Amino acid sequence: MVSGPPAIELRAVARHFGERTALRDVSVTVAAGATLAVLGRNGAGKTTLLRILASLLRPHAGAVELLGEPVPARAHLIRGQLGLLGHEPLLYRDLSGRENLEYHARLHRVALERVDEVLEAVQMERRASDPVRLLSRGMTQRLAVARAVLHRPRLLLLDEPRANLDPGASDLIEPLIGRASGCTRVLTSHDPRSALAEADVVLALKDGRPAFVGDPAEFGEERLGALYA
Amino acid sequence: MRTAMVVLRKDLRLEMRTWETLPAMVLFALVTFVIFHFGLNRTTIDGQLAAGVLVVTLLFAAMLGINRLFVAEREQGGFDAFLLAPVDRTALLVAKASALFLFLVVLEIVAVPAFGLFLLGPSLGHALPGLILLLALANLALAVIGTFVSAIAVHTRARDLIGPMLGLPLLVPALIATARGAGPLLAASHAASTPPGKWVLILALYDVVFGLIAYAVFDFLLEE
Repeated sequence: MVSGPPAIELRAVARHFGERTALRDVSVTVAAGATLAVLGRNGAGKTTLLRILASLLRPHAGAVELLGEPVPARAHLIRGQLGLLGHEPLLYRDLSGRENLEYHARLHRVALERVDEVLEAVQMERRASDPVRLLSRGMTQRLAVARAVLHRPRLLLLDEPRANLDPGASDLIEPLIGRASGCTRVLTSHDPRSALAEADVVLALKDGRPAFVGDPAEFGEERLGALYA
Repeated sequence: MRTAMVVLRKDLRLEMRTWETLPAMVLFALVTFVIFHFGLNRTTIDGQLAAGVLVVTLLFAAMLGINRLFVAEREQGGFDAFLLAPVDRTALLVAKASALFLFLVVLEIVAVPAFGLFLLGPSLGHALPGLILLLALANLALAVIGTFVSAIAVHTRARDLIGPMLGLPLLVPALIATARGAGPLLAASHAASTPPGKWVLILALYDVVFGLIAYAVFDFLLEE
């Protein structure tokens, strides 16, 4: 278990979409450098939670504190320290990988040399000039990882980060978004066992409500089975 | 300003890569002139009628650009990427309005001479300086209000309808001022070489007011 001041603190967070409750009463604390695995079936509220943490969605109730700042009130102070890897790669299909990364580097005021660094790290230098629409899903995902870590974020929000990646590519991105990155991480995965293996804290969501919050060792196969039943 | 330039450069690069917006705007304007030519059953037009035809055509062509302004942002995650960056969000308003302004300038570089050549009775030469002033002010109104409306519409399901339904009523005062200002310039008598000051002033005031409103509320329009 990693200890230290909390990088993430959620207190009774709720979010609705019209009549539908996407999240209710979610409270969890994650220490700096630790990994939070968010588990749950499709539609349980995992992506909504990640979007709230990314300050892309406002919670309708409760309090969110990220890296010591209340969100969304002071989200502008920490946006540059968040890296989001979601379902969408957030890359323009008609621009090349390099053009996309240079665009993001300029938005984040990162030196353009960093683009070469991350392209090399995901082994996309040779295809960097191809339009993204011509790349395979796996290659696009590698570029999305490069985009998410380009500005050296302190907090990584990872929604199915290894989707579309073969084992080799999965190993390739490990130093960037894995535990070795040293970042605080929030992780969702279609493979709950691998997410549990990486986690310091588990938040299991069922219909938007927390079914379990705590140590992964205490989560157990029985709860896992019940969560996905 | 620096961020706005980064986004604008990306938008222009995307347009030059795909040519999804500008050619459609230009073609629409040219086809509309042909339709007016046959619909009015006149070889040439002048005065207030000519001004109305020109301004209405440009307005509807602009709506095509307005509807497509945030398409890449919506479909390819550009909104999220921008909102995750530590930048002033109004830079997106400045960038998108500048892109639309430039598209309108290119549209007019093609459409206005074509209008002068095929539909307008009196020669365009003497009216051109006044017309450029009026169209520049009208473009500013179209760019600011178009970006504002497009940012509202993009989060709705009926975005293709919401854009024109919100945008056209808001643009009516600008349309009136531009058309009334251009009427004397396009008169067969060549009576005026500068547009009436009243309409220029109204257009300029309209630009300033909507520029300030859009600047004040744009940040909130980006929230989900």
